[in-house]
Amino acid sequence: MVPDIRPEHSDISDEMWPKIDDIITANCDIPGSIIGVLRECQDVVGWLPVELIDYISDGLNLPRSEVFGVASFYSLFSMTPKGRHQIKACMGTACYVKGIKEVISRIGNEYQLKEGCTTEDRRFTLDAVRCLGACGLAPVVVVDQDTYGDVKADKVIEVLEKYE
Amino acid sequence: MNKVRTQLMLCGGTGCHAYKSDVFQEELQKELERQGLVDEIKIIETGCNGFCAVGPVMLVQPEGIFYQKLKVKDIPHLVEEHFLKGRTVKKLLYVEPASKETIPNMHEIPFFEHQVFWAMRNKGAIDPEVIDEYIARDGYFGAAKALQEMQPEQIIAEVKKSGLRGRGGAGFPTGLKWEFASKSPGDVKYVLCNADEGDPGAFMDRSILESDPHAILEGMLIAARAINARHGYIYARTEYPLAIRRLGIAIQQAREYGLLGIDILGSGFDFNIDIYQGAGAFVCGEETALMRSIEGKRGMPRPRPPFPALKGLWEKPTILNNVETLSNIAQIIRKGGDWYASVGTESSKGTKVFALSGDVNNIGLVEVPMGTTLRTMIYDIGGGVPNKKKFKAVQLGGPSGGCVPEQHLDIPIDYEEIAKVGAIMGSGGAIVMDENTCMVDMARFFMDFVQDESCGKCTPCREGTRRLLQLLEKICEGRGVPEDIETMQELSGTIKEAALCGLGQTGPNPVLSTLRYFKDEYEAHVLEKRCPAKRCVALLKFEVQPEMCTKCGMCFRACPVEAITWKKKEVAVIDKEKCIKCMTCFEKCKFNAID
Repeated sequence: MVPDIRPEHSDISDEMWPKIDDIITANCDIPGSIIGVLRECQDVVGWLPVELIDYISDGLNLPRSEVFGVASFYSLFSMTPKGRHQIKACMGTACYVKGIKEVISRIGNEYQLKEGCTTEDRRFTLDAVRCLGACGLAPVVVVDQDTYGDVKADKVIEVLEKYE
Repeated sequence: MNKVRTQLMLCGGTGCHAYKSDVFQEELQKELERQGLVDEIKIIETGCNGFCAVGPVMLVQPEGIFYQKLKVKDIPHLVEEHFLKGRTVKKLLYVEPASKETIPNMHEIPFFEHQVFWAMRNKGAIDPEVIDEYIARDGYFGAAKALQEMQPEQIIAEVKKSGLRGRGGAGFPTGLKWEFASKSPGDVKYVLCNADEGDPGAFMDRSILESDPHAILEGMLIAARAINARHGYIYARTEYPLAIRRLGIAIQQAREYGLLGIDILGSGFDFNIDIYQGAGAFVCGEETALMRSIEGKRGMPRPRPPFPALKGLWEKPTILNNVETLSNIAQIIRKGGDWYASVGTESSKGTKVFALSGDVNNIGLVEVPMGTTLRTMIYDIGGGVPNKKKFKAVQLGGPSGGCVPEQHLDIPIDYEEIAKVGAIMGSGGAIVMDENTCMVDMARFFMDFVQDESCGKCTPCREGTRRLLQLLEKICEGRGVPEDIETMQELSGTIKEAALCGLGQTGPNPVLSTLRYFKDEYEAHVLEKRCPAKRCVALLKFEVQPEMCTKCGMCFRACPVEAITWKKKEVAVIDKEKCIKCMTCFEKCKFNAID
């Protein structure tokens, strides 16, 4: 059951709410559906504000503590806002051996950006992620949906400058 | 269906995709249309070919000509020469680096020559999105045999006879696992496929899912028949969107053909498969944690027994098999357990897929018969270490595994033999490291991983790995004291014995194995405050050694913050005020002149 009252949140627009309600309605009777619901809602909003987590808990009739527990356990879910472009630097072993550490520190120096953080202008979010399984291309950086292989520290800024 | 004279098997795996194989495919199609060849020549986008190092790659069938490093600008020439005039284009062929010999035929390239394709038998050979192509390569014949001609006990006996062991890491005999589950009482049972490939440096499961998804469905169907399950789940990493999409298509097609669903092939047996997407937690590769995750909970392991064969998903008897394990099943049923057991060593049968990466020339997926030596894999198939650097170690088994140094490279690939030298077979990640890799830093890297992925349920893993990481960080930063090495050894032993699940029990392995073979590097860090491989930033001076410097100016040109001054015929000088310690000059200097 979708809750009666929608909380106010600046990042959740009026067009997003019906989509969120549809996701909840389609899943509220399926046991174990919470991870899928959180993923789909995050795809709609971009991240998971606490207000939204509470709304989902009420909709699925689950304790808020349980839903929060799931959301905080899995690294896919973000409870902080994301930038317009997401930089994922692969921290797999092959990428590490091939120098991803230097790539990350170069990005950090250029944009005053720490791992797991977003720039003040919300242009970039930088995440060091688990092995992307593209070890043949190491070191690998993924920006939004684009995969870049063999990105050494001296090339990475050139790649990122394409994203405004 | 039109008869085409030539099929172009263009690799659409993640590696080639990143090298713009999709753009290449589009442009090639346009060119074929322009030349009026579309009725004769068909492009087929395949799953990962395995030879990621030279992507994008394309195999021209039936001739077996292998083109590599394809670029859009080569298209007009390629189409005119090869497809109109019938002459191979030499400059797009593979050149053997050692002999400089051009090798047109795929099977003669050393990278492929030493391999045996069983688990990956359909890679690059079929369009993974067309079920007919899978069936044409004897697909679903194993399932038909299992459903129509065999009793569950016979299926289990055949798998036991094959000697197949779990390819996910632990190496538990697959047939035995099925037997336990088949004997567990209960009407409702589950078959799960573990496609939550999380070991950093392993990508064979992704490749099999992308190139041959029906093999997994068929393996699960046979497993379901063996234990009498009606429902299965594939737990797939959300980071693998292409694999998930292709699995979805495969399941849909199998349902349409009556190979999944009700009364499969008229046998009266029902079975269905759903995909469940993970949400990014390494520990969910552990079987009990994976099952909790499907139930929609935090993916934390629980103590065993009871084993999942008795109480698994939703407390029902469950078997969980890895992708690579399942891809072998249909062939074992079709050709018999004896056929599979004919290759390998005493205790390890069949083949194993390795993801060969790191400091090695031929990066890619490699499938070798058990019993092949590590040296063959790294040198004959992998082409050795690039840039004339020296081999230091190969890391097997990811964060649960260990490093194998030069002196043990002649051991055969075998579960027990690898364990003897302090590593594990694991899921098959094989990361080659050259002399520029700092083994203390590597241990720190893996411990950082284990510590971050520890679910926090048991204290030895949660606290112990954190303390280990702190000690390693201390050593890498030059604050280590001699007692730290002893403390690490003792702490590692405690964690191994006391942790709840496989993640913690194997977590200290990278530390123990580097201590076993590279203790001198630890000692250099602790006693001399020196990093022999020049990777630990805190231990570097950022000074140019005048006697080593060749005055070439490479470092000067590479420095992003202009901290290096250099003039022709003069030694470069680094201004430490301006230097941001980004290591670019270390990478660029070919003469090891910076300390």
